[in-house]
Amino acid sequence: MKWARTLAVSLLALTAAACVLADVIAPASYTHQFRAEPDAAPSRQHLLGTDDLGRDRFSRLLYGTRVSLLLAPAAALLSSLLAALIGGTAGFRGGRVEKIVMSGTDLFLSLPWLFLLITVRALMPLNVSPIVSAAITFLLLGCLGWAAAARVVCADARSLRNSDFILLARASGSSGLRLLWRHMVPNLLPVLLAQFWISVPAFILTEANLGMLGLGVAEPLPSWGSLLREMQSYPSLAGNPWRFIPLLLFIVLVSCFQLVMVQEELPA
Amino acid sequence: MFRLGKHVARILLTVLLGGILGATLLRVAPGFGVDEEELDSRLNDQSIRALRQEQQTDTNVITFYFRYLGRMLHGDLGISRTLRRPVSELLRERLPETAKSVTLSLALGWALSFALVILALMSRSWSVDLFGSVISGFLLCLPAAVLSVLFVMSRAPARLVLALIVFPNVYRYVRNLLLRSASQPHVLMAQAKGLGNFRIMLWHILWPAAPQLLALGGVSVSLALTAAIPVEALCDLPGIGQLAWKAALGRDLYLLVNLTMVVTVITLLANSASNLLGEAFRPSAA
Repeated sequence: MKWARTLAVSLLALTAAACVLADVIAPASYTHQFRAEPDAAPSRQHLLGTDDLGRDRFSRLLYGTRVSLLLAPAAALLSSLLAALIGGTAGFRGGRVEKIVMSGTDLFLSLPWLFLLITVRALMPLNVSPIVSAAITFLLLGCLGWAAAARVVCADARSLRNSDFILLARASGSSGLRLLWRHMVPNLLPVLLAQFWISVPAFILTEANLGMLGLGVAEPLPSWGSLLREMQSYPSLAGNPWRFIPLLLFIVLVSCFQLVMVQEELPA
Repeated sequence: MFRLGKHVARILLTVLLGGILGATLLRVAPGFGVDEEELDSRLNDQSIRALRQEQQTDTNVITFYFRYLGRMLHGDLGISRTLRRPVSELLRERLPETAKSVTLSLALGWALSFALVILALMSRSWSVDLFGSVISGFLLCLPAAVLSVLFVMSRAPARLVLALIVFPNVYRYVRNLLLRSASQPHVLMAQAKGLGNFRIMLWHILWPAAPQLLALGGVSVSLALTAAIPVEALCDLPGIGQLAWKAALGRDLYLLVNLTMVVTVITLLANSASNLLGEAFRPSAA
C-alpha cells in the first residue's frame, strides 16, 4: 500500500501546487464572464468549457479547489486543537472533570451534526461577502466537529496519565504544565494527526453538501459545493461528459485524503 | 432497571439542555421579538398594542426559557414563520415520509453490507472482499447531495440513495467486526470440530459480535437521518430533511430548532435501544 499512499500524496501536492499558482495558471478570473460564450464546450481558450454564466470552468475549478484545500485543513486544525484542549484536559485531569467534560461531549455528539450545522448557519447574517461566508462555513465546521475526536484524545490521555513514564516524571518533580507540554503532548500527536486527516475529507464532503443545498460559500466565490451545484442544471447523465470533470477531480482528491488517512490511522 | 433509568435520565437531560440551547438560539437570532402581523393595515392601534404586549412577555430570558420549555412539554412547538403552520402539524405530516425512507435505507444498507461480508467470509474469496471495499470506498468519497442529483438525472428511485449512503459506512464496520470475530480461536476450534459453515457463522461469529453490531445499528439511524437533508431536498421527497432545508433557506429558526430537537430525541432513543439490547446480549456472549 506504500505506492498508493505515495501516489495519493503526490496527487495532493500537485493539486495544491496548481491551486496556489491559480493566479498564474488560470486563463481568467473566476468572476470574469465571457458573455458571448455561455455554456461553451471545451476549447483551447476554455479547457473545460464555460458555465451557464459564461465563466471559465477550469479557472473556477482551480480557485474552488484552492478554497477547499486551504480552508478544510484549517477547519480540521481548529477542531483537532479543540479536541486536544477539551479531550486532553479531561483525560489528564481525570476524576470529576473528566466525567463532566465527557458527559458534555456525549450530549454534543447526540445532536444531529448536519441539522445543528444548518441551524447555526441560518443564524449567521446574510449580508456578508463571499470570502466571509466561506470563512464562516469552515469555522462552523471546525467549531462543531471536535466532539468525536475529543473522546479519542481523552481516552489516549487517560491511558498516558496512568503510564509508568508519567509516574516517573511526576516522581522526579515535573509540574503539571511541564508534564503536559513535555510528556503528554508529544505522545498525543499521532492521535491528533490521525484525527486531523480524518476531519479534512469529512469537512470537504460536508461543505460540498452544504454548497449543493445553497447553504455554503456564497457566489461568485467558487468552492466544491458551488462547482458541484452546477450538476443540478444538467438534464441527464448522457452528453457533455466534460461537465463531470469537477466531480471526477473531487472523487480523486477525497480518495487521496482517505488513502493518507488510512495510513495515518495505523500508528494510532 | 437501573440501566434503563440511566438511559431515560440521559434522554430527559439532553432534551432539557437542547431546549435551553434552542431557546438561546431563538433568543439571539436576528429579528427576535418582531411580529410581521404588525404590518397588517387592517389592525387598529389596540390590536398592535396587544401584539406588542404578547411579545413583551418574552423579553425576559428566564421567562422565555420556561415558557418555551413549558410549551414544548405540552406538545406546542410553535408556529413556522415561513410556512405559517404549527410545527407539530408539519412534523406529523412529514415524519412518516422520512421514517419510511430511513427504514428502507437501513434495511437495504444493512442487508447489502451483511450479504457482502458474509459472502466474503464464507467463500474466503479476496475478490469479493476487494469488490466490497472498492465500492464502499468509492461511495464514501461521494457527497450525499451529488449521489442524489445523479439519481435524479438517471431517473432512479430516490429512496435508494439513502441506502447507498448507509451502506459504505455500515459495511466498513461490519467487515472489520466480523473479520475480527472470525479470527478468534474458538472459531478455529469450531471449524476443527467439523461444524457447518452456517452454524459457525451464526453462533460463533455473529452472536459474539452482536453487541457491537447493535451499537452500530443505533449510529446508522443517526447517519440516515442526517443524510435525509440533502437527499430529500434534492430528490423532492416531502420529509423532515426537506423541511429542515426549507427552514434553513427561510431562516425559520423555530422550525429548525424543533426539528433538531426531534431528530436528537429519535437518535437518542435509537442509541439507547441498541445499547440496552446489546447489554442483553453480553452475558450470553461471555
